[in-house]
Amino acid sequence: MAALKLATAWLGGCSGCHMSFLDMDEWLLELAGRVELVYSPLMDSKVYPSAVDLCLVEGAVANEDNRELLLTIRKHTRVLIAFGDCAVTGNVTAMRNPFGGAREVLRPVYLDNGDDNPCVPSARPSLPLLLDRVEPIMSVVAVDHYLPGCPPPAARIRRILEELLDDRASQEQLLDNPRRGHSWNVSSSIP
Amino acid sequence: MAVLTLTIDERPVSAREGDTILQAAREAGLTIPTLCQLDGLSLVGACRLCLVEVEGSRRLLAACVTRATEGMIVRTATPRLIEYRRMIVELLLAERNHLCAVCVANGQCELQQLATNLGIDHVRFRYQFPQYAVDISHRQFGHDPNRCVLCTRCVRACDEIEGAHTWDVAGRGSHCTVITDLATPWGESTTCTSCGKCVQACPTGALFHRGSTVAEMRRDRSRLSLLVLAREKKQWLL
Repeated sequence: MAALKLATAWLGGCSGCHMSFLDMDEWLLELAGRVELVYSPLMDSKVYPSAVDLCLVEGAVANEDNRELLLTIRKHTRVLIAFGDCAVTGNVTAMRNPFGGAREVLRPVYLDNGDDNPCVPSARPSLPLLLDRVEPIMSVVAVDHYLPGCPPPAARIRRILEELLDDRASQEQLLDNPRRGHSWNVSSSIP
Repeated sequence: MAVLTLTIDERPVSAREGDTILQAAREAGLTIPTLCQLDGLSLVGACRLCLVEVEGSRRLLAACVTRATEGMIVRTATPRLIEYRRMIVELLLAERNHLCAVCVANGQCELQQLATNLGIDHVRFRYQFPQYAVDISHRQFGHDPNRCVLCTRCVRACDEIEGAHTWDVAGRGSHCTVITDLATPWGESTTCTSCGKCVQACPTGALFHRGSTVAEMRRDRSRLSLLVLAREKKQWLL
């Protein structure tokens, strides 16, 4: 059985969920034996690969880059997990929403409080454009599982990974049996 | 006092005449989710979380304000009721800025506990992200409308137990807010006695002790019912 391809992604969040991921400590060694990590801020990866089995997505959708990466992830991933409160609800990343759109947020930061030559850093190509409204990832793509918490405790991350890995094992067995047929039945449509 | 027998979730339950379905269920050890109801305060039947199915009634009835009757057959957790309850809690979460991660009441919040009990791990409705200012003009307490669920417990505690009626409700629909006096800052209220009963009653992080930070807010909501018991029945259990 080929190792399951695991990815983790970091959108508009503080990386605390990834810190919590690292808090799984010695279980990471076991995990490393069961999966192949193909994309993650924890490794040197530039391009999201295709045919990923499982991706943990941390953070809300706050800018154009977040949005593009998330759409790419959904396209190339079988099971997508909203990883932590920012991905699930918008959480702290979305706290700017009540103040208005991108312009209303950038103005007080870069113009009203700028010292010399106040200006908003020209967006493209150096910086991704802020979206007017920070959204939880489910408002952009279909999500298969929700893993709440700020951050989700390591035990909770381990629990969902274990259940999904075991599920895969049982599904592979089903695949091996010609009379049983189907593989995972997971929604993966982009709305 | 007459004793009634009714059936709640296939279980025979006895109740005193005049008891509500909620009281009968609780005495039998059954749990019906509630939010606006708080022992010691009057009943308003506002949050609709305690809706139950009663055989013979086409409407769903709020268990907190519906009297138990002889032979009544009640169901408290049908798939339809559970779906409605989830929807109510999800709508409450979407309506204001309920940011558990940075809330004083994190881990001590009745709304959060309801969501957990109902297995709500995400909200299907678009978050509204309204803009509300936090009022920390009072020396001891703060009011954050971003966390308010408009249960009116504070309004009732202030009016019925303290007798000050500093709190009331202003506005309409989802723009309702609880206000002090005539929407003056809490710290400038001429009627507030700073007794803190509203803060004890609040189910979420909307009313809090100043100085408490994330997840630090502690309350003892049973104090209100103990006060009422002492006052009305002269039973001092403190």
